[in-house]
Amino acid sequence: MEPAASLGQKTLAGLAYLGGLAKLGLRAAYYAFIGPFRGKPLRMSRAIHQAMAVGVGALPILTLISFFIGVILALQGAYELRKFGALNYVSSAVAISVTRELGPLITAIVVIGRSGSAFAAEIGTMKVTEEIDALETMALDPVQFLVTPKFLAMAAMLPCLTIWADTMGVFGGALFGVTGAGFTFDRYMRATLEALEMRDLTTGLIKSVVFGGTITAVGCYEGFCTGAGAEQVGRSTTASVVTSIFLVIAVDLVFTALFYVLGRT
Amino acid sequence: MSERTTSPSTAPTDGSEIALSVRNLRVSYGEREVLHGISLEVRHRETLVILGGSGSGKSTLLRALVGLAKPSGGEIWAYGVNLCAARPAELAAYRKKLGISFQGGALFGSMTVAENVALPLREHTRLEESTIEIMVRLKLDQVGLAGFENYRPSELSGGMKKRAAVARALAMDPQILFFDEPSAGLDPIIAAGIDHLILNLKQAFPMTVVVVTHELASAFLIADRMVLIDKGNILAIGTPGEFRASTQPRVRQFLDRVAETEVTGETGYLQMLTERRPREYRND
Repeated sequence: MEPAASLGQKTLAGLAYLGGLAKLGLRAAYYAFIGPFRGKPLRMSRAIHQAMAVGVGALPILTLISFFIGVILALQGAYELRKFGALNYVSSAVAISVTRELGPLITAIVVIGRSGSAFAAEIGTMKVTEEIDALETMALDPVQFLVTPKFLAMAAMLPCLTIWADTMGVFGGALFGVTGAGFTFDRYMRATLEALEMRDLTTGLIKSVVFGGTITAVGCYEGFCTGAGAEQVGRSTTASVVTSIFLVIAVDLVFTALFYVLGRT
Repeated sequence: MSERTTSPSTAPTDGSEIALSVRNLRVSYGEREVLHGISLEVRHRETLVILGGSGSGKSTLLRALVGLAKPSGGEIWAYGVNLCAARPAELAAYRKKLGISFQGGALFGSMTVAENVALPLREHTRLEESTIEIMVRLKLDQVGLAGFENYRPSELSGGMKKRAAVARALAMDPQILFFDEPSAGLDPIIAAGIDHLILNLKQAFPMTVVVVTHELASAFLIADRMVLIDKGNILAIGTPGEFRASTQPRVRQFLDRVAETEVTGETGYLQMLTERRPREYRND
C-alpha cells in the first residue's frame, strides 16, 4: 500500500507542478496578447533587455558548442557510412540531424544553463528580499512586470539562436567534409541544401518556441516557489535547471513522435 | 486602557474617523494558526504602533493589512471594501493608497534609487518625465537622501536603504504609510534618525501611519496609540501613557524587558513544571 500511496502522491504533485506552470504561462500570455488592449502596456524595453541577455549573450558559447557537435556528428556518421562506401551522405546526415533535432536541443540546453537558471535566481532573490511583495503592494503584477517580458524574449530569441546553431552545426560538419571526406566547401554546402527540406527547418523552429516557453515557465515558477532564506535561492536555481532539462527532453519526445506520425501521412 | 478590543459595531466604516477596521481576523500558515481572531481599528491620521515579540504574529498582521497574507477568517474593512473578499481591481485601488517600507527596504536591485522612487509614478500616473524627476528629487530630499539619485541600492548603507524605501513608499502620496520593523538592523543613532523621520513626515503630511516594531523606545516616541500582540492575540491597546501605567503582568513583562523564566538547576526545573502561570493575561 505504501509504495502505491507514495506513487499517487508524487503523481499528484507532478500534475500540480504542471498545472502551476500552465497557469503562469497563461497569465504571462494574457499580459502579452490581451493586456495591451485593456490598458496594460507591454514592457517592450524590458523584453528587449531580456532578449539581449538571452540571445546575444548566448552566441559565443552556442557557436562553439554547435560547431563541435557538427564535427562530432560528421565523424560518427562517417564511421558508419564509410562501411557502405556512402561517405557522400555525411553532409545530409549532419544537416538533417542538426536542423531537426540537435540544433534546437543544444540551444535549449545552453539557454537553460544561462537564462533559465538566471530567471529562477533573479525571481528567487526578489522573493527573499521582499521585492516581489513590494511589487504587489505597489499594485504591480509580478507576472506582468517580470514574467511576460521573459516569455516574449525567449519566444523571439530561441528560434533565432536555433537557426544560428543549425548553421554552425553544418559548418562543423563541413570542416570534416572538407578535410576528411573529399568535399570542397562549396560542394558540401550544395549537398546540404539539396538534402534539406523546408519541413526539417520548421519542425526544429516549432520545437524551439515550445522549448523557450517551457524554460521560461520553469525558471520563473521555481523562482516564485522560493522559500525564505538565501540557500533557498540556490535550491530553486538547481531545481529549475534539472526540471527544465527533463521537461525539454520530454516535450522533444512528444513533438518528434508527432512530427514522425504527421510526416508519414 | 481597554482590555482587548470590544467587538466593533457591525455598521461598515464610514471612512471619516476610522481608516482600517479589523474584525476577528484569523490568519493561518498551513495547519498553524498565527492570528487567533484579532479585532482593532486604526483611526485616521494616527500613528498606531503594533508591538510584539518575535513570532507574536505582528508581521503577519501587517501583511494581512496590506493584502499580502490571505486571512482564513474575519474581515478587514478599508475605504468601504472588505479586503478579505476584495476583487483584484479593488485590492489594486486600495494598494495605490498605501505606502510600505519593508524591513530590508525591498528596493529593486536592478534600478537606481531614483528609478525605484519613480517606478510607482511611471506605472500608475501619466505624469511627464520631467515632472516625475522633480517629484523624485522632492521625495528623496524629504528623507534626507538628496544627491543619491543615481546610486544603486547595493551602494547604500542600511539606514540609507530604509530612507530610500520610505521615499519610494511616499512616491504616490499615500493615505496610509506602513513600516515593517523600521529600526531593525540599525544602530541606535541611525534608528533614532528613522524615528524622527517618521515624526517629521507626520508633521508635514497628514497621513495614517502603522508601524510594526519590537523596539520599545521607538514605539513610545512615535505612537499615538499602541497595540501589544502576544501569541496571535491582542493583549492590550492604548496610548503610550496607558501602557506605562499598565499593571497587566504580561504587558509589564514586555515593557520591563523581563526574560521568560529561566531554568536554573533541578529545583528550578521542577518549579517551572509545577508552577501555574498567571491567568490574567490569558484573555480568552
